[in-house]
Amino acid sequence: MLTRLREMHSPLAWGLIAGAALLIAALPAIGLPEYLVPQFGKFLCFGIAALAMDLVWGYAGILSLGHGLFFALGGYSMGMYLMRSIAGEGVYRSALPDFMVFLDWKTLPWYWSGFQSFGFAAVMSLVVPGVLAFVFGWFAFRSRIRGVYFSIVTQALTYAATLLFFQNATGFGGNNGLTDFKRILGAPLHDPTTRRTLYLVSAIALLGTYFVCRFVVTSRLGRVLTAVRDAELKTRFCGYESTHYKVFVWTLSAMLCGLAGALYVPQVGIINPSEMQPSNSIEMAIWVAVGGRGTLLGAVLGAWLVVGGKSWLTAAIPSAWLYALGALFVIVTLFLPRGLVGLGAKLRPAVDMVIARLRRPAKAT
Amino acid sequence: MSATAATPPTMEDERPTPIVSIVIPDSALPDSPPPADDSTLPDVGRRPYVLWVEDLSVSFDGFKALNGVTLELETGELRCLIGPNGAGKTTLMDVITGKTRPDTGGVFLDRRENDLTKLSECRIAELGVGRKFQRPTVFQGHTVYENCELALRGRKGVWSTLFRRRTPAERDRIQDILKIIGLSEHAARPAGLLAHGQKQWLEIGMLLAQDPKVLLVDEPVAGMTHAEMERTAELLRSLAGKHTIVVVEHDMEFVRSIARRVTVLHEGRVLADGPMAEVQADPRVVEVYLGE
Repeated sequence: MLTRLREMHSPLAWGLIAGAALLIAALPAIGLPEYLVPQFGKFLCFGIAALAMDLVWGYAGILSLGHGLFFALGGYSMGMYLMRSIAGEGVYRSALPDFMVFLDWKTLPWYWSGFQSFGFAAVMSLVVPGVLAFVFGWFAFRSRIRGVYFSIVTQALTYAATLLFFQNATGFGGNNGLTDFKRILGAPLHDPTTRRTLYLVSAIALLGTYFVCRFVVTSRLGRVLTAVRDAELKTRFCGYESTHYKVFVWTLSAMLCGLAGALYVPQVGIINPSEMQPSNSIEMAIWVAVGGRGTLLGAVLGAWLVVGGKSWLTAAIPSAWLYALGALFVIVTLFLPRGLVGLGAKLRPAVDMVIARLRRPAKAT
Repeated sequence: MSATAATPPTMEDERPTPIVSIVIPDSALPDSPPPADDSTLPDVGRRPYVLWVEDLSVSFDGFKALNGVTLELETGELRCLIGPNGAGKTTLMDVITGKTRPDTGGVFLDRRENDLTKLSECRIAELGVGRKFQRPTVFQGHTVYENCELALRGRKGVWSTLFRRRTPAERDRIQDILKIIGLSEHAARPAGLLAHGQKQWLEIGMLLAQDPKVLLVDEPVAGMTHAEMERTAELLRSLAGKHTIVVVEHDMEFVRSIARRVTVLHEGRVLADGPMAEVQADPRVVEVYLGE
């Protein structure tokens, strides 16, 4: 076990990661303003989604433009639990969620059963995206759909799901989605302690996800995945059923995305079909591109930078955001093919030289 | 076979099957005549064929890339496959390794049950057919060491690769291979940074790691210096016997240096087949290929 940990990172790197994790976890206790706690919790969830994205794109070379769907499905699973936990407290005092009363439904649809249990909802937030990804991936990869064609199909998939969820008849609240949540596991959602707990759980989930991803990419399976990315046919001639590998990593990634969505919803208090919009999935790809594909930590960093930039810019110049996002993508694609992490690696010799020069006169005196 | 099932085969289909079968004791049946020496039918019991190709045809949009190719490989032989461009050499390799499906015919490994034309690429690799591509194909992003590791024979399922670690035996095997192909000092270098000849070597090393029964080697010396070529010839010769090797090569000097038996393909057919000297003397071969 210890040697496996050492294969994953050097002791120094593990130390740095542990330090960063502790710092993040301690933020609310050391002066992060109360109103920003859910905001930062959201960032942590995006970090998880970015890791999931980097796993399939950076390492296995599968560019998904539909990961927002898996994120939203995880979110909806959790939202359904939160919705059912306030049964009888809605405007209509009905056991059904308000939007169903509004549609004049008398009983809960079958697919809402079980979601009164938190455990069931939590499991479903992983299983639903996982099963969808498995089935979709199985057929797509077996038919050898790859590259840009695969990306387009995933984009179409998430768009189709958006349209489906917009329908009131689908039974997920139409374009309003699920909202007006009040408590999770009996704890009021607006209570600062609950918010901090959710933040902490998200931080632990992010660390756990990082650990899982790092474990995967440093295993032999990880090396097979990169081999599939670089020369798929060759891996098949080496005896690897590349389809199985792709389905595996694709499904794992979708489940991690579902986890991110499930943690995201109680912190923002709403889930609606706009989370599935194609643009959201594309934004996830941009996080990873900006941070650096195939670096894991870079992907998290990229997500935080882009989302942070978005929060700031949409407040300052609301109309400029999409242009800025597009420009960012173009710049990164043209000049930083390996993202910010790649830029760091490129600048390193220069930085070392500057440091060495600064030291020399100091030594001379 | 039971003694009662000895209905003699009939040549004419119209003749009704006799209702009363004649019982002949096994001992009374004459021995089947031994196959003639030049028989092309595989007889696994007598001649240990490892791989045989039967009446293989492949066409692409009406163009017959392979047109009824029949070919047998004996265990441990080193066979050279030559022929002008478009003769169907690479297509034949593609069919054997499962990349291309034939229109008719079959490819069998060891037993008649192993029809490779019905199996996936990775299943064929697992059964023991390794292939080196025409253009050197290595995993660019991986180190030389990792390239060999990935090619190693062993369990290649998702779960076993997720949890299995390198065993000491595997490490030794990789070191041995690196020594054979002369890339020990480059073990930690990314394969993408190797020189062209070194990539060719690495690919042969990866084939060795796979430890296949049959090695298909497409143009192993393309772009190599003369010295490198000699080392390659030496290596291939030393591997024959333990493995069955098929080499596709354009360089006639190289073919002459390694070939025991040569098969000439032309326009999707086997034009000639035999020892190098005999094939070289064949006027048809001279006309289409060597005479150029």
